[in-house]
Amino acid sequence: MPDVTKTAAAVEEAVATPSVDAPAPAAQQEKARSLWGDAWADLRRNPYFIVSSVLISVLLLISAWPTLFTSASPTVGDLVHHFLSKPELGSIGSPDWLGYDQQGRSVYARLIHGTRASIIVGVCVTAIVTVLGGIMGMISGYFGGKIDAVLSRVTDIFFGIPFLLGAMVVLQAFVERTVWVVVFALAFLGWTQITRVMRGSVITVKQADYVHAAKALGAGTTRILFRHILPNAMAPVIVVATIALGGYISAEATLSYLGLGLAAPTVSWGVDISAGVAQIRVAPHVLLWPSIMLSITVLAFIMLGEAVRNALDPKLR
Amino acid sequence: MGRYVARRLLQMIPVFLGTTLLIFLMVHSLPGDPVLAMFGDKGADPATIAAKRHELGLDKPEWQQYLLYMRDMLLHADFGTQIRNGLPVTEVLGDAFPITLQLAALAFAIELIFGIGLGIIGGLRAGRMADNMILVFTLLIISIPVFVLGFIIKMVFAFNLGWIKPNVSPVPAWDELIAPAIVLGGLSLAYVARLTRTSMAENLRADYMRTAVAKGLPRRRVIGVHLMRNSMIPVITFLGTDIGALMGGAIVTESIFNIKGVGGVIAESISRREGATLVGLVTILVIVYLVTSLLIDLLYAVLDPRIRYA
Repeated sequence: MPDVTKTAAAVEEAVATPSVDAPAPAAQQEKARSLWGDAWADLRRNPYFIVSSVLISVLLLISAWPTLFTSASPTVGDLVHHFLSKPELGSIGSPDWLGYDQQGRSVYARLIHGTRASIIVGVCVTAIVTVLGGIMGMISGYFGGKIDAVLSRVTDIFFGIPFLLGAMVVLQAFVERTVWVVVFALAFLGWTQITRVMRGSVITVKQADYVHAAKALGAGTTRILFRHILPNAMAPVIVVATIALGGYISAEATLSYLGLGLAAPTVSWGVDISAGVAQIRVAPHVLLWPSIMLSITVLAFIMLGEAVRNALDPKLR
Repeated sequence: MGRYVARRLLQMIPVFLGTTLLIFLMVHSLPGDPVLAMFGDKGADPATIAAKRHELGLDKPEWQQYLLYMRDMLLHADFGTQIRNGLPVTEVLGDAFPITLQLAALAFAIELIFGIGLGIIGGLRAGRMADNMILVFTLLIISIPVFVLGFIIKMVFAFNLGWIKPNVSPVPAWDELIAPAIVLGGLSLAYVARLTRTSMAENLRADYMRTAVAKGLPRRRVIGVHLMRNSMIPVITFLGTDIGALMGGAIVTESIFNIKGVGGVIAESISRREGATLVGLVTILVIVYLVTSLLIDLLYAVLDPRIRYA
């Protein structure tokens, strides 16, 4: 999806982030806080962070217990409510609220029940990509030399394939396209971005004095990697991953719109948007509401990423 | 410098081969058979099918097929034949590519002019009203998926206002492509604006800026030469990688506005298992990507003489 490749910009911004040479565990002095402690203190005052985390909490709640928000079924339609019965804005929370689709199903109920698919795709792809890309990038950046040369070329190979195109081909290979298939397709091509960010970040961090000190004291490679490098190299990765999460949600919807993502029995915003396209002139609300929900969700994650970036890199202010 | 270019060109070879091999294998592992599909529901006798498969070279092992394909492509610029209609892939792409290129070029121009323009305004007025408005605007654009933006624009400007035609004609004129190009370039525009803004706001406080102001240089020169030149590196990096992404991303925009570019060819060849067409397309996109990223790296030295190539 172009949205995700676009996060290359975020990569550049994040890579440009200078190594934040925070004093590692700083429990000895009373006032000194760690990098993450500082960031947290900052975040709590950031309105963007507050708004986005409230939004995300609500979305997580909706995806975990959709029945808390609506009792109407997303799959049972009654043709009495033809889609021409337009939204009744007065009745907030009732199935009538956002109107009905072509098969008489409540748009509101589908909106609520469709949240889960988007959240699962976004969170799972981001988790897989961060672990996989993070490990690749750490190995590549820390060991350098031939290992780096080989891993970097492999990354380039996957990076060279246009994201949307590649995902379309992978998805075409599956007859039944469940949420997990979509997760696989997006993760298969998405890890390169995190690898690049992690690699750059590790290269800067490994030259820090405390890493040399740890080496001189005889710390093993695993200890250096996980105790010293990882905590200090994570910042840009977390920023890029949060912003990319929004991109993956939007990628899922785009693929569903193209008819290659999730399909009909699954309830998802992408499925509803692609169904709404056909009636765009008669009943725009069928297309509009899932689009709005989708955009708000993506916005929430991007805002969270921005807030975290600002907290971790005070130079930007 | 010469050594650097040579090394980069050598590094391109494995990436080029790897990417084409990867997409080749992906396409060939798709279920379904393009030869069977050619005969439709009626089917044909096994001998005919076997003969056709032999003629197309589909009975060979996959690695041989890949080597033969690459040989033809590199030595004869022959990208294979479309199985469905027997047309050479170069011809199919030759019809579709110029339209997508036209669309991508227009989108690129829009993103360059408005993206950098908004970024400069935001960067110079960091923290003030204009900056905040640009921030909100770009956040919104980034959050709205491309196809949603496309439908909103189509709904408002084609259906409600009637300013544009909802579908672009087969051989589009430049002005017909403005709306699709805005849709295609909108997301990148927002990123360009943000990158420019961040980079400029950061560099405004750099020592060389203070020096330039202290020397009494006119404001125009301080901003135009000293600030801009130093702030453009991340922006140019993004613009470089974006050229390829725009052409690949045209799939969605083209489907919304019914543009007969590579997007349609891609969608059709995926559903028809036309491996050769897809690999050809991806090859071209990969070459564009590799060449632009090399050019971008070389451009760095022009913008920042401190960067040297080993």
